[in-house]
Amino acid sequence: MSLDFKPGAFNDFFREETFRGDFTYRNSPHNIRRFPFPFDRDDYMYAVNMEPHVPGRIGSVFEKTFDVDEHYVAEMIDRAKVLADDPLRCQSLPHMTLAGWDLLELIMESKARDYPEWFSLEKNGNRWRWINRPLGIDHSFTFLDEATLPYGPMEYITRQTQGDFTLQDEREGTLWMDAGIATSQADWSVDFDIGMSWHEWHAPVPLAHEMGIFDRALKFLLKLQHGAPVRRFNWTMTVNPLLDTAPETYPKWGPTKTSLTQENLGQKQHLRVELQTLYRLPRSNAIAFDIRCYLASFDELMTVPKWARRLHRVVRDIHPDLATYKGFIRNQPAMVEWLSKYDDGKPTSPGWWPEEA
Amino acid sequence: MSVAKLQVRVEEVVPVNELITRFRFVSRNGAPLPAFSGGAHTVVEMEDHGTRRMNPYSLMSDPSDTRGYEISVRRDDQGRGGSLFMHRHVRPGMEMVISNPVNLFGLDTRAKKHLMIVGGIGITPFLSQTAQLARQGGQWEMHYAARNRALGAYMDRLTGAYGDRVHCYFDEEGDKIDLARLLATQPIGTHLYVCGPKGMIAWVLKTAAAMGWPPQALHSEEFIAPPTGAPFEVQLAASGKTITVGPAQSLLEAIEAAGVDAPYLCRGGACGQCETNVLRHEGEILHADHWLTDEEKASNCKIMPCVSRFAGKTLVLDR
Repeated sequence: MSLDFKPGAFNDFFREETFRGDFTYRNSPHNIRRFPFPFDRDDYMYAVNMEPHVPGRIGSVFEKTFDVDEHYVAEMIDRAKVLADDPLRCQSLPHMTLAGWDLLELIMESKARDYPEWFSLEKNGNRWRWINRPLGIDHSFTFLDEATLPYGPMEYITRQTQGDFTLQDEREGTLWMDAGIATSQADWSVDFDIGMSWHEWHAPVPLAHEMGIFDRALKFLLKLQHGAPVRRFNWTMTVNPLLDTAPETYPKWGPTKTSLTQENLGQKQHLRVELQTLYRLPRSNAIAFDIRCYLASFDELMTVPKWARRLHRVVRDIHPDLATYKGFIRNQPAMVEWLSKYDDGKPTSPGWWPEEA
Repeated sequence: MSVAKLQVRVEEVVPVNELITRFRFVSRNGAPLPAFSGGAHTVVEMEDHGTRRMNPYSLMSDPSDTRGYEISVRRDDQGRGGSLFMHRHVRPGMEMVISNPVNLFGLDTRAKKHLMIVGGIGITPFLSQTAQLARQGGQWEMHYAARNRALGAYMDRLTGAYGDRVHCYFDEEGDKIDLARLLATQPIGTHLYVCGPKGMIAWVLKTAAAMGWPPQALHSEEFIAPPTGAPFEVQLAASGKTITVGPAQSLLEAIEAAGVDAPYLCRGGACGQCETNVLRHEGEILHADHWLTDEEKASNCKIMPCVSRFAGKTLVLDR
């Protein structure tokens, strides 16, 4: 048994593209309009900024529980390559297997409900049949019996789901990152963080500790209820549409930060947005944390005038500690110079949607 | 954050003994209920002749049984009326609303062994936990004390299913758990769970702490019924209202009755969700919860309105 994809799947919707080498990743004009632009005003500072993860505006990335977009098939092929090179990108401590099954059930049920044309799930007691048409998968297996899947339950389902995931066990009044998969991460590592507590894995983040953000966010999450998931945004900057910006491979991608010029910046510099969603899992009482990465080049973002004006103001005025932590302090002046050409100084309307005021 | 709720119908009402009755809920539309984790509870909403009561009860059914949830309710003739309502008025076929399961008393699944110490109706969370462990695997042992054989709810079921893992004790027969010996003979990596009367929980936790058990290996759960008391007046600064809390009403219930939205989860002083800032007070806050630390209680800057009351002249809350 294996999880070989048979993607007859690249078609008018699912794009054939790469996140490495020749970097052929692009957003279609339609997909740019639904990009989750993370700034709802002209400046940025940390906030817990969580809201209920309920179905949102039709066509937006909030419409479905787990958004499947035009990059799905290409992203899953990229993930398989990353895992083939480094299996430690996916790890699960022994007591987290039940949480992995919880996650598998949540994703399969959600996708079968939200995208019946692509996914289906048939249940006969614990005998389940899962069909993933875009990836050409048709598996029958026994729910809660690991021997009937080619991978553990978390790895099995996250090899078919965009977004990195961690599974957090709740003990001793805090959360523990005891399982996770990361192949589209903004420079953090499952292999490094696994087994750490909430405050341990957040220790490198500047300013937020002093602001009490992590104490408050933890308190909020410990009360997260099954059936009431929440979401928030995070963001950073990435040169080239590289999903796998991992600390393990920093020597390969870090130096690309030095390759920007005013001529290539619009094409190479990408805003990297994470749509983070959190779910209380039923059987394990663990919390699933989904970190879904969306990439758009500056050129693509400039096609929306409101975002063009706002991105310039945010990048120009951001606290230097945040620009350093997010890894773009070196290129901040070049980015501001480039972006300033697209900011005519007009006011922007509140909220992140692309419309003009 | 609003509480996720389930629309259910009462399927069964089964007397267990002279004090305890079991209720089974199924979803109204026939869809499966969410699976849950052993030790979870639900908050049951009761429309008691004009008074809305919301009481937490541990789920005792098999956590993987998504066809229905079961709770057992011990009748408290001196209580505020929730258990009496369940016993007297809840009948098969009735439609009710319960919260999605919440777990404040979960198993630490890394434990080498689970040692369960139980008093009376405190057995309910252990019924779902043992069902979970039976499926998942895991070493465990239970010591279960009841007043007498007739009141030892589910003892037959447990000893029938699990044999000598379950040890029963009867107060009226002079039995007593030899706690010091029991705690001294557990393998390293054992986690201890206790649920039962207040005095028993305190005794077990104190004994274990004195014997050097690490705090992270000790787990307990006690839902406090909101105490009754003298009525008192409260000013809700954020909503600009002044309310009076009745003798048998909790502060949280009075806030809700005034149409002010207040967060809650367990309504029993354990989860922390309803924590509210005290802006000003002249008098004594009667803290009754398990959530605030002793220092926080002494500072009187916070109150848990689900179980705590007030005696004095002025209480102003940030709500």
